[in-house]
Amino acid sequence: MSLSIRIIPCLDVTDGRVVKGVNFTDLVDAGDPVEMASLYNSEGADELTFLDISASSSDRETTLDVVRKTAEQVFIPLTVGGGIRTVEDVDRLLRAGADKVSINTSAIARPELIAEIADRFGSQVLVISIDARRARTESGFEVTTHGGRQSAGLDALAWVQKACELGAGEILLNSMDADGTRAGYDIGMITAVRAISKVPLIASGGAGSLEDFAAALDAGADALLAASVFHFGVHRISDVKNYLSGQGYSIRTNATL
Amino acid sequence: MIAILDYGSGNLRSAQRAFERSGAEVVVTSDRDIALNAAGLVVPGVGAFAACMRGLIGVGGDEIVRARVAAQRPTLGICVGMQIFFRDGDEHTEGALHKGVGVWQESISKVNAPILPHMGWNTVSITGDSNLFKGLGDQSFYFVHSYAAKKSVGSAQAWTTHGEKFLSAVEDGAICATQFHPEKSGDAGLALIKNWVGML
Repeated sequence: MSLSIRIIPCLDVTDGRVVKGVNFTDLVDAGDPVEMASLYNSEGADELTFLDISASSSDRETTLDVVRKTAEQVFIPLTVGGGIRTVEDVDRLLRAGADKVSINTSAIARPELIAEIADRFGSQVLVISIDARRARTESGFEVTTHGGRQSAGLDALAWVQKACELGAGEILLNSMDADGTRAGYDIGMITAVRAISKVPLIASGGAGSLEDFAAALDAGADALLAASVFHFGVHRISDVKNYLSGQGYSIRTNATL
Repeated sequence: MIAILDYGSGNLRSAQRAFERSGAEVVVTSDRDIALNAAGLVVPGVGAFAACMRGLIGVGGDEIVRARVAAQRPTLGICVGMQIFFRDGDEHTEGALHKGVGVWQESISKVNAPILPHMGWNTVSITGDSNLFKGLGDQSFYFVHSYAAKKSVGSAQAWTTHGEKFLSAVEDGAICATQFHPEKSGDAGLALIKNWVGML
């Protein structure tokens, strides 16, 4: 056997609540992050990601509580992203029980933040999240901000290379062209990033059919992150894992103990 | 009582909760006497080998571990907490190796694999007579590391492959260690923790 591919559901959280709830009838409260995390854990999620979309700092304080409660009850790795600007922000999240943090815009604004976090806590805690789209840059892909609406003026592959040199432990690659379309991951982009990076690669954006997940793995992704297909019940995590297992991919089967 | 040694190595609250699931009383402490005398001592560890070792020495943890080894009091190292039980490690060195606690006279070196860190769920294959993995030999566990031991020590071993085969757990009398994180390995990890607590 070898390292299993990872399926990672992403939950948008604000003011202590999950924003896009799940369409499952067996949930008492689809807005409760801890209950959602437990459900995804029992469904076979290999990790969990919380994206803090809070607009205010008081809401961010609530997110720390959510992280604390989740980490005390769900014993699989938890990544938290959104609004992290300083080493102190990372420290607070790790102390609350997050295993990893993901940073995006703040690293673009100040790339040294990557090295500061990696030096203090180790690269293994740091996921660099990149919102990229196809464009007329050197590699054909550029980095965007503001949910894909603005160009960051950076070539995506150059940014991946720089982030890795500075100490990124993992790359989360979001295709802003494919995001929300359910028409499949951007395979060309995954292939291009895989070719130049030696850290684990999480692909995100565009998951629709079960075949889409397999295609992203074939292009070199180590892990697959998805939000809406899971939240809206298009696929259950167990369906995706069963399908991939049947196709010969190494997946973790949920412990039945 | 189980003590989780606090020497500045990250958040230990979720680890505490995971060990409490076994039914045991668990404290997070850097107190020497509590750590020396607890029925079981857990030595966690994240970050770089040398930084971890510095932190451990800072609370007298190296002496505590050696004393527990000498008295054969149950002790469990996790992740870099496992690595620093070894003689030395070559993480971020220019020549001279970083010294570990020296429970086991082998070295820690970089895993030879195209993608690092080795991050995610992987399986184990057991050699020797394991108590830790009783009923769990076919389970997956969660790993996050780039360095590991490659040579066998102890009386029972778990081996995992990522690029190359490395030692993913050791049982050696009262001293155990896992390269993976049982406290992050879902139900399989909780069951392994329960096995360990059952050995105390």
